[in-house]
Amino acid sequence: MRHDYEVGGAAHTLGFTPDLSAPVDGMMAHAPDELAGQTGPLEPEFEVALHPDGAGAYAEVAGAETALGWAPDTELIARRGTWSEVWVRFRKDKFALFGVVIIVILVLVAILAPWIAPHDPTKQYTDIGLTAQGMPVGPSSHFWLGTDTLGRDMASRLMYGARVSLIIGILANGFALLLGVIFGITAGYFRGGTETFIMRATDVMMAFPIFLFAIALSTAINKPGIWVLVLVIGIVYWTPMTRVIHGEVLSIREKEFVDAARLTGCSTVRILYRHVLPHLVAPIIVYTSLGIATTVLFEASLSFIGLGVQPPTPSWGQMISDAQNYYLIAPWLMIFPGLCIMLTVLAFNLVGDGLRDAFDPQQRRR
Amino acid sequence: MSATAGDTLVSINELKVHFPITSGIVFQSKVGAVRAVDGLSFEIRRGETLGLVGESGCGKSTTGRAILQLEKLTAGQVLYEGSDLARLRGKALRRQRRRMQMIFQDPYASLNSRMTIGHIVGEPLLVHNLRPRNQREDRVRELLNLVGINPNTVNRYPHEFSGGQRQRIGIARALAVEPNFIVCDEPISALDVSIRAQIINLLQQLQRQFGLTYLFIAHDLSVVRHISDRVAVMYLGRVVELAANAELYGTPMHPYTQALLSAVPIPDPVVEEQRRAIVLAGDVPSPASPPSGCHFHTRCPAAVDGLCDVEDPALREVRPGHSAACHLVTESDYPHIRSVEDEAHSTVRAEPDTNGPSGGEGA
Repeated sequence: MRHDYEVGGAAHTLGFTPDLSAPVDGMMAHAPDELAGQTGPLEPEFEVALHPDGAGAYAEVAGAETALGWAPDTELIARRGTWSEVWVRFRKDKFALFGVVIIVILVLVAILAPWIAPHDPTKQYTDIGLTAQGMPVGPSSHFWLGTDTLGRDMASRLMYGARVSLIIGILANGFALLLGVIFGITAGYFRGGTETFIMRATDVMMAFPIFLFAIALSTAINKPGIWVLVLVIGIVYWTPMTRVIHGEVLSIREKEFVDAARLTGCSTVRILYRHVLPHLVAPIIVYTSLGIATTVLFEASLSFIGLGVQPPTPSWGQMISDAQNYYLIAPWLMIFPGLCIMLTVLAFNLVGDGLRDAFDPQQRRR
Repeated sequence: MSATAGDTLVSINELKVHFPITSGIVFQSKVGAVRAVDGLSFEIRRGETLGLVGESGCGKSTTGRAILQLEKLTAGQVLYEGSDLARLRGKALRRQRRRMQMIFQDPYASLNSRMTIGHIVGEPLLVHNLRPRNQREDRVRELLNLVGINPNTVNRYPHEFSGGQRQRIGIARALAVEPNFIVCDEPISALDVSIRAQIINLLQQLQRQFGLTYLFIAHDLSVVRHISDRVAVMYLGRVVELAANAELYGTPMHPYTQALLSAVPIPDPVVEEQRRAIVLAGDVPSPASPPSGCHFHTRCPAAVDGLCDVEDPALREVRPGHSAACHLVTESDYPHIRSVEDEAHSTVRAEPDTNGPSGGEGA
């Protein structure tokens, strides 16, 4: 029952009856007199009907329906594994699937390069590969994508270059990711001296000019090659990941469900793995997919100063660097490697976005 | 609410939780402390509901968290069935965690949004190995049923539930370990008014059914009145009054309690029109630099210079079952505060009742 009272022009709607004799279902009834009139807590009038006994012990309650009731047609959603759920969400994203297709093609080309490349990528065709003036030849039936300044077949070089870019992109980023996540979580969750040490070390690392550091490291290891490149890039690139993860963990650890997990008796490892890490999936994926793009370009810069992959092994970045002086005369020297890099970066970004959305159970489907 | 309160379950002795204030970029040095909890001592008896009320920022939530060892104690002891919780570490502490649980204030942040509610409620069973693997799902469904959640929703995610339902899921999670003691940290503050009664009734139902002991932290005095057996009032990190429910609401002796209770609106406009709330002068002092002596003396209308600003009043039992931390409170006598219309400025200020038994004191 509701009573509307006019008090000084404003209507007050009370959600209960002023007298105690007829309490409203589900509402607490207060006596309108002074608080001093109460003698004790009021009996709740809204009972949840369950087993009447069981005082002092946790009795098994089997099959009891509550007074609240629920629609009998609420069906049980079958429990799927987390990963199959992620896959179901992922495959609904058309763009992400497109990215996957491109990556699959890329990987296949990289693996099968020795068999599908039309020519040897290091062979210089000085007779048919160059014009009379010694300039590169454009796309033709013999050389599908033209030749470069030394008469080498572009198409074959691009195919072999895919290997380099993929290895560097995936491995270097994987390495950076691993270091970044470990340091970031350690610093963010345990705080104190550990955090100060790790974050200040990260600051020092970030203050180094990347190139000088790469040069120094390459010289010290004294053996330029793909693996050294992976190491160098990994060491240089764990810093932004650490900072991002550290910031995320700082905010996650303050959330109440982490306290609840601690109260439940979860060990620290379990909390980190089951409660903190799933919330880090989104930033990790986004930064990794961005990282692949940056890595490929960084490798190109290193190639330019001679620290990248050594010739004659082709790499896309190196091909772009070499093409600098010729882009007016032979634009295909720059366009094709550039297109390859662009497609690769696009594919990884699309897949990254799709994965990030697939891991989030709250994501609205498009 | 229970018929008979039993022996002491939780005992708090001189509990202090001070949060350091540091300054400095690389090497941080402590320049002060926020004294969130500044010397708390009380007992919680088995089977009872102890209400803990106070303004925002008085340290109630920190007290609850400190009891459960979610905050580090600066000083004092928390004795659960006689054993000091603060001394436990690692595995021993995790085992003891089964005995006590917490229901959190925010139903949206207290459930891991990346886990299904089945996993959330089932995790305690997993961690403490309470059920073999094939019985876990059934037990989770039982627990959900117990709190009024359809068991068929066990594989849904928290965001698919409403606030009241999420709070119920949180209660189910707390019950999964079969605790004896539950700290309810403002469990209904974030819920719709129409849902609050359901949750309170559920909590009382569960208390009767399983013999639970509650520490009910809230700032809604009428809810605390409904559910508590005894009530403690906190101000700036200290308990100022502790009494049985009816005693406290019927005869509040500490000036702060009187002011607090007078501020609760009575849901009857006719009566409310004739009442005047006691308005205290000034603001709550900063917990980083609390006043000397009695923490309340800067705003207390009955404060006595030379006594209240110098000496710390201890929480003394002035009547059976009724304790107050005030120099002016004795068994038969306490400062009566009433509100007075200020004719010159037509504002309301608080002053002690000069016609009362303590007449003539204060200003």
